[in-house]
Amino acid sequence: MLQFLLRRALLAVLVCLTVLVVSFVLTRLSGDLAISIAGPNATAEDIATIRQNYGLDRPLVVQFLDWAAHAARGDLGSSYLYHAPVAGLIADRLPITLTLGLSGLAIALLVAIPLGILSAMHEGTVIDRGIGLVALIGQAMPSFWLGLVLIIVVGLKLQWLPISGVDTWEGYIMPAIVLAFSAIPALMRLTRAGMIDALASDYIRTARAKGLRTARIVLKHALRNAAMPVVSVAAVQLGFMLGGSIVIEAVFALHGVGYLAWESISKNDFPVVQAVVLFLAIVYIGLTLAADMMNAVLDPRLRSA
Amino acid sequence: MNAVLEVANLRVAFANGTQAVRGVSLKVERGETHCLVGESGCGKSVSSLAVMNLLARGATRSADVLRFHDTDLMKLSERHMAALRGDKLAMIFQEPMTSLNPAYTIGSQMAEALTRHRRVSRAKALDRAAELLGRVGITAPGMRLAQYPHQLSGGLRQRVMIAMALMCDPELLIADEPTTALDVTVQAQILRLLQSLQRELGLALLLITHDLGIVARMAQRVSVMYAGEVVESASAEALFAQPTHPYTRGLLACIPIPGASRRDEPLGSIPGVVPRIGPDFQGCGFRDRCAHAAPICAQVAPLQHAAPGHDYLCRLPPDWSAAEAA
Repeated sequence: MLQFLLRRALLAVLVCLTVLVVSFVLTRLSGDLAISIAGPNATAEDIATIRQNYGLDRPLVVQFLDWAAHAARGDLGSSYLYHAPVAGLIADRLPITLTLGLSGLAIALLVAIPLGILSAMHEGTVIDRGIGLVALIGQAMPSFWLGLVLIIVVGLKLQWLPISGVDTWEGYIMPAIVLAFSAIPALMRLTRAGMIDALASDYIRTARAKGLRTARIVLKHALRNAAMPVVSVAAVQLGFMLGGSIVIEAVFALHGVGYLAWESISKNDFPVVQAVVLFLAIVYIGLTLAADMMNAVLDPRLRSA
Repeated sequence: MNAVLEVANLRVAFANGTQAVRGVSLKVERGETHCLVGESGCGKSVSSLAVMNLLARGATRSADVLRFHDTDLMKLSERHMAALRGDKLAMIFQEPMTSLNPAYTIGSQMAEALTRHRRVSRAKALDRAAELLGRVGITAPGMRLAQYPHQLSGGLRQRVMIAMALMCDPELLIADEPTTALDVTVQAQILRLLQSLQRELGLALLLITHDLGIVARMAQRVSVMYAGEVVESASAEALFAQPTHPYTRGLLACIPIPGASRRDEPLGSIPGVVPRIGPDFQGCGFRDRCAHAAPICAQVAPLQHAAPGHDYLCRLPPDWSAAEAA
């Protein structure tokens, strides 16, 4: 187990480094930072000054190593736009993104797992096909569109929920539902496939031969064995929700990490982009590791391997 | 005394129209081992699953009689049947490697077999599990209870399955090829174990096998199945001394006998394969492979008595000889 964790940690560092190098190079290729910082009315002289002050005249490798050395000490630099430390900018927005992502995932799991189980138990019947159809529609529906429809119907027409901002907890309901919607089809299909396999297995026949009740057979004996791929994918989905909810944060005017990322990319706020990328890489790696460990809890065979 | 299990005219059909079991009748008495023997696909496993009401979805069963003591199993709801399963009626399966849930400890899986049917604490159930593991010859039962299936060998897992089946003191144990997946030495141990348990507990044992060696060793009564039908049923001695159905004789000719079989003589074999029995199938299922088939075999074969308690399903007289029939 220790060896397993060490190997994973080493791999995680390598993944982080790769992500950083790639994102560093890509942001630098996307345009001249000094020009965009200086603004439209700047003279060539201003631009040259800015380039020198920000150290943008140095070779790329030197710039990267300089940034990485600071980042390793916890100094992620300052935003060109906000003139504030990047770490603080992310920390301010993290609670919103975290609340949104976790509630989105919770809703997705609460809907997807029961539907997947139901579908598997009634494989090939009208119930199964009905659930599959709903999942298909859900997958095909763009989340910005669903968000707008919800804003119009639930927010404006019925006036049940606030349409933007998170001044109260109700503000999270609609964006979390929209976020969950995009994750439900995949999670449901995985649950269904895993449950169909599990329910057809010999140990389920044994459980039935013991006279166990259906609920116990399904929820205890089958679900635990079907849960592993669901856990892995749910972890990735959560990573996506924490970093990739840009569209939803924009639609519902939530100023979370996703919104920050979008803003910094569009305005060439290079230190923020770089820091957000680092943050997301760490989040993904952390979640994948957490999923592996949860799977080891679920399946004793992984613990001894 | 009433039989523990009585089955008459049991039929099972699959959703695709295959008639997997076509009128099986048998009885298992208390303390008796009844062997259901036949080749793969003859319907012996399906018959046992039908008795337990464990058939896969899409399979339908019917029977004139399906009785456990005085309980009509055909009339029981699934809820009441589940209450009986694992309690008075237990079953073990052919695949010890996959029949235990990989995610739970041996102790947890054994204990729930008891707590499902009796009002006992989990601790008491674990005590009972440890006691039974000891009884099936597993050393250090306490340690085994905390282990997971993947930490046990196939032979140990099958012992665990047997011990688990005994948790509630069943009266009938159905064992579906319990030793097929195991190597020969372990096979012998498991069979010895089943025999001694049966003697001690007075179990009625319905043993399903394709291995006539096991039949000779274990059975008091034998039912030979072919293509969904019991083609011959007799006491074990009578069956081996005077096999009557051509299929039974064919089966016995396939077994080498040390000393009697000659090296230069080919071992017997039955040409062809088991036919698929569709909904419109009529007549003797063996006729395409039978050396003594006649036109009349396309009609339903008569049930004849070779001796009291010795029945067979064939047109031939009980004392037919290969020379005359040909």
